[in-house]
Amino acid sequence: MAIRLTADVDAAIRAHGRATFPHECCGALLGSAGVAREAFQLPNTTEEGPRRRFLVRPDDYRVAENRARQGGFELLGFYHSHPDHPARPSQYDLDHAWPSFSYVIVSVMAGQDAMLTSWRLKPDRSAFDEEPVDIIHSPDHEITT
Amino acid sequence: MTKILIPTPLRPFTDKLDTVEVDGATVGELLHNLTAKYGGLKQHLYAADGKLRSFVNIYVNDDDIRYLQKEQTPLKGGETVSIIPSVAGGAPAVTEALPELSGDEIKRYSRHLIMPEVGVDGQRKLKAAKVLCIGAGGLGSPAAMYLAAAGVGTLGIVDYDVVDFSNLQRQIIHGTPDVGRAKLASAKDRLNALNPNVHVETYEEALSSDNALRLFAGYDVVLDGTDNFPTRYLVNDACVLTGKPNAYGSIFRFEGQASVFAAKDGPCYRCLYPEPPPPGLVPSCAEGGVFGVLPGIIGVIQATETIKLILGAGEPLIGRFLIYDALRMRFRELKLRKDADCPVCGTHPTVTKLIDYEQFCGVAPHQVAAAAAPPTSMDALTARELKAELDRGDEIVIVDVREPQEFQINRLPGSVLIPLGELPKRYVELDPNANIVMQCKSGMRSAKAQEFLRSKGFTRVRNLTGGVLGWIDQVDPTQPKY
Repeated sequence: MAIRLTADVDAAIRAHGRATFPHECCGALLGSAGVAREAFQLPNTTEEGPRRRFLVRPDDYRVAENRARQGGFELLGFYHSHPDHPARPSQYDLDHAWPSFSYVIVSVMAGQDAMLTSWRLKPDRSAFDEEPVDIIHSPDHEITT
Repeated sequence: MTKILIPTPLRPFTDKLDTVEVDGATVGELLHNLTAKYGGLKQHLYAADGKLRSFVNIYVNDDDIRYLQKEQTPLKGGETVSIIPSVAGGAPAVTEALPELSGDEIKRYSRHLIMPEVGVDGQRKLKAAKVLCIGAGGLGSPAAMYLAAAGVGTLGIVDYDVVDFSNLQRQIIHGTPDVGRAKLASAKDRLNALNPNVHVETYEEALSSDNALRLFAGYDVVLDGTDNFPTRYLVNDACVLTGKPNAYGSIFRFEGQASVFAAKDGPCYRCLYPEPPPPGLVPSCAEGGVFGVLPGIIGVIQATETIKLILGAGEPLIGRFLIYDALRMRFRELKLRKDADCPVCGTHPTVTKLIDYEQFCGVAPHQVAAAAAPPTSMDALTARELKAELDRGDEIVIVDVREPQEFQINRLPGSVLIPLGELPKRYVELDPNANIVMQCKSGMRSAKAQEFLRSKGFTRVRNLTGGVLGWIDQVDPTQPKY
C-alpha cells in the first residue's frame, strides 16, 4: 500500500504543522483511489496538553465524514504533527489507532517542517507498518498531456 | 432490527457496508450480535479486558451512550446506532531538553558520572529535577542535605518553625548558632554552602488544604518529613491528586518506617491506613522521644528513593513497606498492595479534593491552646496554687505519670512516679479518697491519667496545668527543662 498526496495537500499539512507549533495540529485526509486531495483541518481538542497530544472528537469526525461525502471523496485517514519529535508513531498513536486509515505524521522541528511519513495499523493491532508517501507534483500537467 | 452506521475505517470488516442491521434489546447486546456477525470488528471495538475502547463512541440517535445507560441502554428497535471514532495520538513520551552540566559540576559529580546507573544523562535528570521537602526537621535535614549534595537542581522546603536547642540532637542541617532562627533560613544557608548549584525555594507557611495542590504542582517528587497525622494524610492525598510520588518516612523512638506512596500504579498511605488512629493513641516524638541518629537513617532512605525515582534506576520502594529497628539493628519489609477500594486512589475514589485533615484525624485545630487554657478548680490547678496548698500544710499525693528517664531530669518534690502505661495495673497503690494531683511534663498525659482514675471511682483527682514545666516556671526555676 502507498498513499499519494497532491503537492497542495503535502504543503497544507506542513503549513498547518508550522502554524500550530509548538502544539500538535490535526486534520482529515479526503480523496479517492488512494490519492489525498484535501487536507481538512480539524481543531485539536485534547485536554492532555497539545504539545504532545491531539484529539479529534466524534462531532468533528462526523464533520470530516460529511465533508468527504459531499465532495464525492472518501475519508482516507488523518494527519497530525509531532513538534520537536521525529515523524514516527508513538505507543499512544498505536493504542488509539483505527484500522485501514492512513496516519500521516509530519515532524516539525523548532518550527520548521521536516520529515513526513505515513503509517497503517497492522491487522492484529500489534504495530504500525510504514507505507510509502508519493507526492504528485504536477497534477495539472498530467491532465493536459 | 436496529440500524447501525459503520464508520469508514471499520467498513473493511462489514463487507464494505456503511449500514448494517442487527437485533438487540440493549446497546451491549446489539454490539455483541454485531461482532458475532462480523468477527473482525471485535478487537477494534473492545480492549483485551472486554471493555469498549475509550476512543470508540457509540451514539443512539444523537446521544452518546456514556450519558444514557452506557451498554445497558435499552433499544426499542427503530433507533439509529452510530459507531463514531475519536481520533487521537501524539508524540512519544516527553524527554524535555535536559540542562547541560558545567565544568564545575562535572568535577563535583564525577563519582556519579562514572557509574552507568547515573552517568551524564542521569546527572542531568537530577539537575532538572524538583523535589519538595515537607519539613526541615529530623527527616528533612539529612534528606535535603543529601539531595543537595547529589545535585538535585531545585529543592523546595516547607516549614514555619524556629530552631530550638532540643532539635540539634538530630536535625543536623541546623547548628548551635542557628538556635532561634527560622528553620528555613538556617536550612537554606547550609544547603547553599554545601552546593551552590542547587536552587533552594523556601515556603514559610504551614502546609494546608489551601496551598498543598498549588505547591506540589511545581515539583516532581514530594518527600514527607512530617511528624503528625493530619499533615501526613494531607501530603498523601495531595500527592495522589497531583500525581506526584511521595517518598515517605516516619520515626518514633528507635523505630522507623519508609515507603514510596502514590507512585503510578502503586499503593498510597491510605491503602495501608485508610483511617487515622484515635487522637492521642500514638504519642509524638516530643512526648515519646526519638533516637537522634534514627532520622538520619530514615531520611537518607527517603533521599535514596527520591533519587532513584528521578533516575529511573533500580527497584523503587513502591508496594514495599520498610520497618527499621535501630536497637536490634534489623530491617523488615512488608508487601503492600494497591487497594481497589482505597477512598483516594481506588477505582471509585470518594476523596476527590482535599478535606479538613485536622477534623479527619479528630484533632481540634487549637487543641493545644485549649489544653493550656485556665481549667476549672475542681479539675485542675496551677503550679502556684499547688505550691500555696502545700505551704499551708494540705495533705496532697502528687502522682507523676511521666517515664523514669524524664523523672530523672526534673520533678516535683515528694512526687510519686507511676508512668501512664503502668497506671491501669498500679492505680490500686493509691487511696481512692486521697487528695491527688496528677502531673506530667506539660499536662496532656496527666489529663488522661486523671480521667482514668475518675473512671475507677477516685473522687479528688486534679490535674497540674502546665506540668513540671509550669512548676519550674512558676515555683522552682533552679531545675532544668527539656
